[in-house]
Amino acid sequence: MLSILTGTAANRRTAIASGVGLAVILVVAFLAAGAVGPAIVVAVINASIRNMVPIAFGALSGIFSERSGIVNIGIEGMMLMAAYVGFMINVALSVPGVSPILQTEPVRLGLSILGGVLAGGILGLFHALLSIRYRVDQIISGTVINMLALGLTGYFYLPGATTLGRLPPVVVNPFSADSGILFWLGEILFKKGIITYLMFALVIASTIGLFRTVWGLRTRAVGEHPRAADTLGINVHRLQYRNLFFSGCLAGLGGVFLTLEAVGTFERGMTNGRGFIALAVMIFGKWHPLGAAAGALLFGFATALQGQLQFFNINVPHQFVGMLPYLLTVIVLAGFVGRARPPAHVGKPYEIE
Amino acid sequence: MSELSVAAAPPVKSFSFIVRLLRHAAVPILSVLTAVLIGAVIIALAGYDPVMAYVGLLDGAFGNTAGLTRTLVKMTPLVFSGLSVAFAFKGGLFNIGAQGQLVMGSVLSAWVGFAVAVDLGDPVLSTIVHVSLALLAGALGGLLWGAIPGILKAYTGAHEVITTIMFNYIATNFISWLLYAGSPAEGIPPGPFNDGNGVIARTPTIMPTAQLPVIYDPPGPQFLHLGLFLALITAILVGVLVSKLKFGFELRMVGLNPTAARYSGISVKRITIMTMVIAGALAGLAGAMQTLGVNYRYEPNQSLGLGFTAITVALLGGGDPLGVVLSAFLFGVMDAGSTRMQFNSGVPSEIIVVIQALILMFVAAEQMIRSLYRIKAEGDTGQRLSTGWGQR
Amino acid sequence: MAGNNMRNGDVVLEIRGITKHFPGVLANDNVNLTLKKGEILALLGENGAGKSTLMNIVYGLYRADSGQVLLRNQEAHFASPREAIHSGIGMVHQHFQLIPVMSVAENVVLGEEVTSGAFLDRKEAVRHVRELSEQYKLRVDPDAIIEELPVGTQQRVEIIKALYRHAEILILDEPTAVLTPQEVDELFKIMRDLADRGVSIIFITHKLKEVLTIAHRIVVMRDGQVVGEATPAESTPESLAAMMVGREVLLRVQRGPAHPQDTVLDVIGLSALDDRHHHAVRDVSFSVRSGEVLGVAGVQGNGQTELVEVLTGLRHATAGRVIIHGEDLTNTSPRSVTSSGTGHVPEDRRRFGMVDNYTVAENLVLNSYYDLPFSVPPTARTLPVVMAGYIGIFLAFFAVLASIWGALWSSALWSLTLGLFGIQDVESASREAMNGPNMVELIVMLVMVLVIGYLAHRFTMWVLRRLQKAAGKPLRFGKKDRGLVLDHRQIDQHAVGLVEQFDIRTPDVDTHAGSLSGGNQQKMVVAREFGRKPRLLVAAQPTRGIDVGSIEFIHQQIIAQRDAGAAVLLVSAELDEIVALSDRIVVMYKGEIVATVDADKVTREQLGLLMAGASAEDVLGVRAA
Repeated sequence: MLSILTGTAANRRTAIASGVGLAVILVVAFLAAGAVGPAIVVAVINASIRNMVPIAFGALSGIFSERSGIVNIGIEGMMLMAAYVGFMINVALSVPGVSPILQTEPVRLGLSILGGVLAGGILGLFHALLSIRYRVDQIISGTVINMLALGLTGYFYLPGATTLGRLPPVVVNPFSADSGILFWLGEILFKKGIITYLMFALVIASTIGLFRTVWGLRTRAVGEHPRAADTLGINVHRLQYRNLFFSGCLAGLGGVFLTLEAVGTFERGMTNGRGFIALAVMIFGKWHPLGAAAGALLFGFATALQGQLQFFNINVPHQFVGMLPYLLTVIVLAGFVGRARPPAHVGKPYEIE
Repeated sequence: MSELSVAAAPPVKSFSFIVRLLRHAAVPILSVLTAVLIGAVIIALAGYDPVMAYVGLLDGAFGNTAGLTRTLVKMTPLVFSGLSVAFAFKGGLFNIGAQGQLVMGSVLSAWVGFAVAVDLGDPVLSTIVHVSLALLAGALGGLLWGAIPGILKAYTGAHEVITTIMFNYIATNFISWLLYAGSPAEGIPPGPFNDGNGVIARTPTIMPTAQLPVIYDPPGPQFLHLGLFLALITAILVGVLVSKLKFGFELRMVGLNPTAARYSGISVKRITIMTMVIAGALAGLAGAMQTLGVNYRYEPNQSLGLGFTAITVALLGGGDPLGVVLSAFLFGVMDAGSTRMQFNSGVPSEIIVVIQALILMFVAAEQMIRSLYRIKAEGDTGQRLSTGWGQR
Repeated sequence: MAGNNMRNGDVVLEIRGITKHFPGVLANDNVNLTLKKGEILALLGENGAGKSTLMNIVYGLYRADSGQVLLRNQEAHFASPREAIHSGIGMVHQHFQLIPVMSVAENVVLGEEVTSGAFLDRKEAVRHVRELSEQYKLRVDPDAIIEELPVGTQQRVEIIKALYRHAEILILDEPTAVLTPQEVDELFKIMRDLADRGVSIIFITHKLKEVLTIAHRIVVMRDGQVVGEATPAESTPESLAAMMVGREVLLRVQRGPAHPQDTVLDVIGLSALDDRHHHAVRDVSFSVRSGEVLGVAGVQGNGQTELVEVLTGLRHATAGRVIIHGEDLTNTSPRSVTSSGTGHVPEDRRRFGMVDNYTVAENLVLNSYYDLPFSVPPTARTLPVVMAGYIGIFLAFFAVLASIWGALWSSALWSLTLGLFGIQDVESASREAMNGPNMVELIVMLVMVLVIGYLAHRFTMWVLRRLQKAAGKPLRFGKKDRGLVLDHRQIDQHAVGLVEQFDIRTPDVDTHAGSLSGGNQQKMVVAREFGRKPRLLVAAQPTRGIDVGSIEFIHQQIIAQRDAGAAVLLVSAELDEIVALSDRIVVMYKGEIVATVDADKVTREQLGLLMAGASAEDVLGVRAA
């Protein structure tokens, strides 16, 4: 399985490392289940997954753009914009008087997701436009996107807007409460919204895509050595535009997850730095989707602890627990940058002569 | 080939200063104009009268002494924070963390203001000492918050853009703990810096000796404090530091070409840390201005978004202290005039945020403005912030 | 010569009247060229003569301003390399266009992938590469990762890449620059073999001997124009060089015998790692005496770069010692190496040697700016005194001016002055009505502070200069107490002198260094390092990528430094340069020194074998010294 997903030895190591990480978490979970009871463990795991989803999408977004040679600091803004647009479409379709077909759950939420994701994708294209066509420094271009998104969503923010509801779980838990471990496994595996499952699917799909397809080979080539790709007749900029659109869409999925699946409403600046955490996770995962997913789960776990600490009788001011993910990000960055090797050409503009 | 390329650069000598100034200023000015024009279109689209709105804006900012004072007061912290970002730019670092450094400076200066009593008998002397201490505390707060990302960048290569943003969030959490109003229902005591009002997160009022002297008090609620002068003097000092001193030479070299800096015997690590230390201190002073000169206490919403506006101010000012002062003034005008604008024309004052974002976009995308107005490029600025993730 | 009959065949490529402008440069000026089937055509010219530009036009990377490219008598317009590739043109660039982290097979198929469905078919790709490699006798393992292969093999991958795309015309841009003489021979064998199979080859180079060995026909370019055509039979190196440069060239550097004195640089058992933590320098020992040139020969990437970096303090040594003039400077800092009297011409000029956006003057003080006469007092230790004086003077000024102002304010003169400008007196108006005049007051206050500040500054500086003149020397405490302020006047004067002495062609010293030509940039770096009269000179690839005139000049300067008593360590990948300048030669291979020989007791061929890893015993018949 692993060898299908990954190419080179380094990638295989990453995959193995993430597998080992998952196994360790599972073991810890079982040990903890004995100590505090399965309900809390399952709650922590579910909260971890819930917190993991937007970060994993953000990290995938980062991988898509960095593997094609463009630093994407604007993930945060793309997420926020998508969260806002998705929410506002949901709000607009929830107003009484809209045709009932549009108000049915699949159509309403489907359109909301689509709108949000497209909003992310458009910002991705905008990032590409600024950094390729107008040769803006990629870090500054990303910052522009963050500030634009923060400004615009704040400007058009409607406090107290309501909707007909958010995404329901796709499948209910088929096991009854008295079926023991199966029930608890079911609580983890089922009862999730569609975007969560989509995240796992996309992690696998983008791994295969990056390392097994023509698109992936060309994308990696562009991120490593665009000139070489250019001399072989690969249209570097077109590929970058396309991948930045995908990158924006992925960040957008992370955003709509927040407003359409997890929280259900929009608040100013609600992404709270997840886009930046995602970048750290991407580095932690060595620009590999599986590694990034494992890293995102780790961060999800750190965040999930916040709500669960009282179960372990740990009394720390909640503000300090709130710092945890951010501190973890800094530590990860300080510890892992330089050990992993980024795509060689990331951050440098490529100009066709 | 060599002869040809030399001949290609015409030696403009006599007017070079004016020509260079115009070349530098053309893009920022056109960016602002374009943003204002697009802003007018947005206002018009929303059904308001753009002329009314902008007249209201200018009236609110310049119309009377109170307005001008308001503009100058709003401008003061922006000069400091803009200088912070611009200074870091010169050293090749992107200080997005001005916001966090600013609030840390703000809170620390407030603490010296309310917790430390300075009484030397003479009120003037006490004020001088107490204000200096409080300002120093403000600079120190920002300095610490800037130094950590600087050290991490120097020794591990952790990119300052991400670490400084993370430190913004950490600062937010930390301060919300310091100022926590407490929750008797859950038995949580108020934070150590809270004034004990039980509802609002804020510090006690600072002592009169810690207040920045008011140097001008026109009718109305506005008054001008000493901060503006401190800001202008700081701008000059930063300018001298960057362009005249040895340290500035080293700083710019590290910003332009870190490997060449290493080759010429400069400790890139030291300069990186020093850059963030000074940038942090400048941002901390920006926060202290708000606490010691305007609010006389720290409240979490007093400096909302100031650190981010600073990025736009620095970029618009082209990283040059004079430019920073001018663009801080422009942003002061927008801040000060927005209320009058809303009052006069009904346009929501948040339109200013949109215009500011547009300015940032146009200034950043210099090429966009250049192709729009057909200005010839003067070559790459040579400085890249996004040079990958590793150590430099 | 083989392939004669074929070379009389069809013209496969014809270039007619190609002209190409770059901003400020006419890179190609009405160039005409023909290439026949199975022919090896050498395109000879200096750096910047327009050879690469011309070939990039043929390959579709650049578009010509005017002129035509005819491919098999049909006009071709290539908008991109893709189209050129499809028409059977392949190009091996001077800097290999290979992705270091990918495998040989991936690099070969990139852009023309073999697929099964949407997926890559790796097995098929590997099979293809293996087939080609056997068919054309280009030995290479399809599964190897590029960055782990030696340059010679990487070049074979480039050729396979072109053949995989069915190239009938192969453009080789400076292919021998990075190869050992033996690898060059092997490449030439491959080229002849390909030509015999009907592949037409354009061979871009500036090396005369190679042209005479391999080419069927020679076209010489200079300043963007074709200046002549010849066959090897009717040419000599001298005639080609004259055509290439446009004047008679000294092919040999004029130099007398060396007079070595005492040892300046002593390297003992030095080892170091490269950026990827592999062993790059292994247990290297040698010494350089004053008045001699020690050449370090070796194919690029055999540890020379790392060796130089360790010597100049830019890289940490894992073992061993570096002793310069009796002082142990192992793992200190670039600054301490520099101040021990070492000059360093770095291998990568743009990365290490200069700051593009600094002026020529600033670049010329890049490693002496921190000391007198460029950095002047106040120094770090005198700063508190100066600051105290500054504040005192400022306050005094302020007090005096404030009292004058106060006096003015209450006097009738003030109202009178205001009246002149049509402004009402502040005191007389009511508080509500005084908005206008108060703004004047405010601005006056602002301006006053700035004016006072400026005056105080000038006055302080004046006092400082007086004090210094009285003291007769700059105020500094101890050797390390260096000035904090840059003296731009001194920096400019220093630059004007060096620009003239080293013939740096620049409009003025305030020009950005990045806008100079490569040769002049290099002369600037050389001027900075040589101008300080170093006792030890480390010159790494001092003439890479620059024009013949500058090369000659720099070579003469190196010999001049030697004769003036400097110890010179010359590192170069150009064997000719090593042979021409060195008194003694060490050969590096895989991070080790495999031989140390006197320059006049060794042939180029022997050096070539040593560079390729042959043992000193086998080559020289003696034990390595």
